[in-house]
Amino acid sequence: MKAIKYIGLLIFLIGLSIFTLLPLTGTFTLSADNLQKVVTDQNLKSEIFVQELENTVVDKSFNGVSALSSKITTALENANAHHRKNKEYNKVMYVGPHDMAATLAKASGEGFLVNNKILMWFLTFGLGIIGALLFILPNVVLLGKKGIKNDGIYHENATNRGWIAWLVFIYLVSFYLLLYFRPEYAVNWTFTLDPFSQWLSGNPAGHWFVYGFMYSIVMTVMAVRMYIKYRHNTYQMVRTTSVLFFQIVFAFLIPEIMVRLQMPYYDFKNIFPLDYDFFFQWNLRSLLNSGGIGLFILVWGIALTLVAVPVLVYFFGKRWYCSWVCGCGGLAETLGDPYRQHSSKSLFSWKVERWLIHGVLVFAVGMTLMTLYSFFTASNTVIGIKTQSVQNAYSFLIGAIFAGVIGTGFYPIFGNRVWCRFGCPLAAYLGFVQRFKSRFRITTNGGQCISCGNCSTYCEQGIDVRAYAQKGENIVRSSCVGCGICSAVCPRGVLNLENGPLEGRINPTEVLLGNDVDLMDLVNKKS
Amino acid sequence: MEHVVIIGNGIAGITAARHIRKLSNKKITVISAESDYFFSRTALMYVYMGHMKFEHTQPYENWFWKKNRIELVNAYVNKVDTENKTLLLQNSQPIKFDKLIIATGSKPNMFGWPGQDLKGVQGLYSKQDLELLEANAPNKEICKRAVIVGGGLIGIEMAEMLRSRDIPVTFLVREASFWDIVLPQGESQMINEHIREHHIDLQLNTNLVEIIPDENGRAKAVTTDKGETIECNVVGLTAGVSPNINFLKDSGITLGKGVLVNQFLETNIKDIYAIGDCAEQHRAIGSRRPVEAVWYTGRMMGEALAQTICGRKTPYNPGHWFNSAKFLDIEYQTYGWVFPADSKKEHEQHFHWRHPKEKICITVAYHKHSNQLLGINTFGIRMRHKIIDRWLTEEREIGYAMEHLRDANFDPEFYSRHEKAIVAHYNSTYGTNLAPKKKSWKRIFSNA
Repeated sequence: MKAIKYIGLLIFLIGLSIFTLLPLTGTFTLSADNLQKVVTDQNLKSEIFVQELENTVVDKSFNGVSALSSKITTALENANAHHRKNKEYNKVMYVGPHDMAATLAKASGEGFLVNNKILMWFLTFGLGIIGALLFILPNVVLLGKKGIKNDGIYHENATNRGWIAWLVFIYLVSFYLLLYFRPEYAVNWTFTLDPFSQWLSGNPAGHWFVYGFMYSIVMTVMAVRMYIKYRHNTYQMVRTTSVLFFQIVFAFLIPEIMVRLQMPYYDFKNIFPLDYDFFFQWNLRSLLNSGGIGLFILVWGIALTLVAVPVLVYFFGKRWYCSWVCGCGGLAETLGDPYRQHSSKSLFSWKVERWLIHGVLVFAVGMTLMTLYSFFTASNTVIGIKTQSVQNAYSFLIGAIFAGVIGTGFYPIFGNRVWCRFGCPLAAYLGFVQRFKSRFRITTNGGQCISCGNCSTYCEQGIDVRAYAQKGENIVRSSCVGCGICSAVCPRGVLNLENGPLEGRINPTEVLLGNDVDLMDLVNKKS
Repeated sequence: MEHVVIIGNGIAGITAARHIRKLSNKKITVISAESDYFFSRTALMYVYMGHMKFEHTQPYENWFWKKNRIELVNAYVNKVDTENKTLLLQNSQPIKFDKLIIATGSKPNMFGWPGQDLKGVQGLYSKQDLELLEANAPNKEICKRAVIVGGGLIGIEMAEMLRSRDIPVTFLVREASFWDIVLPQGESQMINEHIREHHIDLQLNTNLVEIIPDENGRAKAVTTDKGETIECNVVGLTAGVSPNINFLKDSGITLGKGVLVNQFLETNIKDIYAIGDCAEQHRAIGSRRPVEAVWYTGRMMGEALAQTICGRKTPYNPGHWFNSAKFLDIEYQTYGWVFPADSKKEHEQHFHWRHPKEKICITVAYHKHSNQLLGINTFGIRMRHKIIDRWLTEEREIGYAMEHLRDANFDPEFYSRHEKAIVAHYNSTYGTNLAPKKKSWKRIFSNA
């Protein structure tokens, strides 16, 4: 069994290595035809840009994407500078230089990779999946009897912030930086997924398709791990199935199929303000121009925020979204599960959390109000501030850096819910409702708590669960995503996630159940 | 300002300190030789097993003590001078007190076994014991086998700990079945099975005779009264604990098995109190033992004594007995009293149900004549403390408990519930026709 695990690990690492080296390989030759196609598709008006590319790039063969990319980005920046200087604003290209490089690289790939897409898919994703499953599946036997299996978590390098964890940290951060800011390096990965993307949506794969595919695959494989690890706990099994379903069907498949049907790309479970560009001009225009379905999405999106959030949080707590539906939560609960113990439980972190997450909520709402004002008044600025700049700042700082690079990249060191705990504006909003008007609570079972601290250690949201449990108090914290792990790891059956009546939900007691009744009366009367 | 000194920073001492601080402005000093800060002894096993780091066992952050003006002193108390109200410390200046709380907890029992002081022989109680085990049994290469002597809660925990590092374990249990001085037979039997499922070599009806040293004075084997010699590198002595009160000899404080106290937790000497594992009640409260080495009783004594010390004289008056434990993968909860065959009274009858496949069971004790509910044990089912506590107070009959079992269930959502099967078994056993009622939040939250 152990041998199978090690073979699996080896296969996984081979797949990962090929995947990692792929962006550095390949030959790229941009033909004049292909350049013309992109110019037409993107409606580029800059003849300077086209000319420079014709001189420096067209019909030349580049080894590796970096040489090609630097030519394209330089050409684009030079051309834009020229047009701005001459006030030829209609010729300025607003696409990012690296996105342009990615588009052109995609059109110029050739050689072994491009001719053997399915083989290359197998050597990267295929080996990764097979290796990971071989590594995970033997646990059915190796973990022994069903029950809590946290043995050795703090002895293992990978789960105790050892060098493996730091390597994973660096890898994930680099991956996200590349994805957001150097998409041309992802072009070789997109080739491997072209056949699948063509089949699904009729289009070749872009780097966001690669990301969506990877996201779903990683979640699926790590969900298998969850099923094995928590097979004694039905709540975890059902919850894992739910997040997996919403990721694969709602976040990945439906939007691609909608594209195939000439509808706008839309994830029906992504809720504003997490879906921060829902009210951006381009999105509103695209929805309003898409006929019935566009209008439906508009109404649906607004209803999610204004109706679904308060109603469902009232009945079930914010967990209905954060640990049952949300994609970010889904990744955190599968890929991130081995790292859940790293969330800081200190009071200081809690203070930082409240400032940050509510700050982001204010930022998101403020930006959206500006956006809507600009949309309806057709003015580009609000009290002298350019709406576009605020949107760009949010997209960069919150959308890319916080949610992506930090949100997932920091898993191995700071735990799996960094984004959800410190940054997600939707979580802040759900949390308000949960704290002040919800039936959800984690019930503390009388006086059974022995203060062991398993609950606090494994709370991914950094809640010091034990601090409440040992006082006999229910937990009604706004940040609780209802993952249910505190209840699972409790050795004494103290904690239970429940949707009960509002009355008695918050129950501060000075003396726990089990002690003399008169004493309780005495103390509680006093307070 | 009155100076309250507490010896021992376990759950009893720390609870007392915290509540005295809540209720008053007194000067508070807590002395411990075991650790700088309060930690949860119950979690030591999880540190060895790699579920936690030691810092996770500390329920309060380190700034907490200064902020709440609870002074912590890391020192060992050699002697209590009751006449001069002074504590004599090892390697430290004496400390004067106005009120003294003795909360020194327990120490592992040693029954004078030959070889009990050898290297590699240890109990499992303190932080130091944990560190010792880490040194004695870091892995299965250095510790090729461990023998554990004593079939109680600490014994099975120690076995679980060692198994988490794949160390072969032989578990010597004096009784005919695991913990059968507390558990009824069916339950004890189920735990026997579960221990063996975890590849622990459980030897029942077996006593330790001698621990044999090697040439370096380390344990190398044990012999049992079955005539067997078992080679091992570590011997765990887990035959219960007793009050840690040696330093009080000749202090004038009346000692029995523990520090003798009345229900106000007062010793024979004014202004000196004892709480937690080390306290012994003159007269046992209800069916409780005079010395209760249980986490929550330590906490409750601390809560009660804090009231007394702050001028509101309050007896330690625990309500219905309850407790819980975890045997490897099986959670156990108990409410009220369910006695095993040997110690149960003539009027106590049991209803027992066990799941046909899973390691899940329930035992309900009731009065033979009145049918009054006396207690409930569950294995693999979580129960709601509040509800069963209420049933016991209201002196409900077992039939009522059966009908309303769902109200008392505390298992997580989506778990399979067993009320139907349990009540069906009850009906077929007693020829009744009870139907389990649906869970009612209204009943759960009503206080009538």
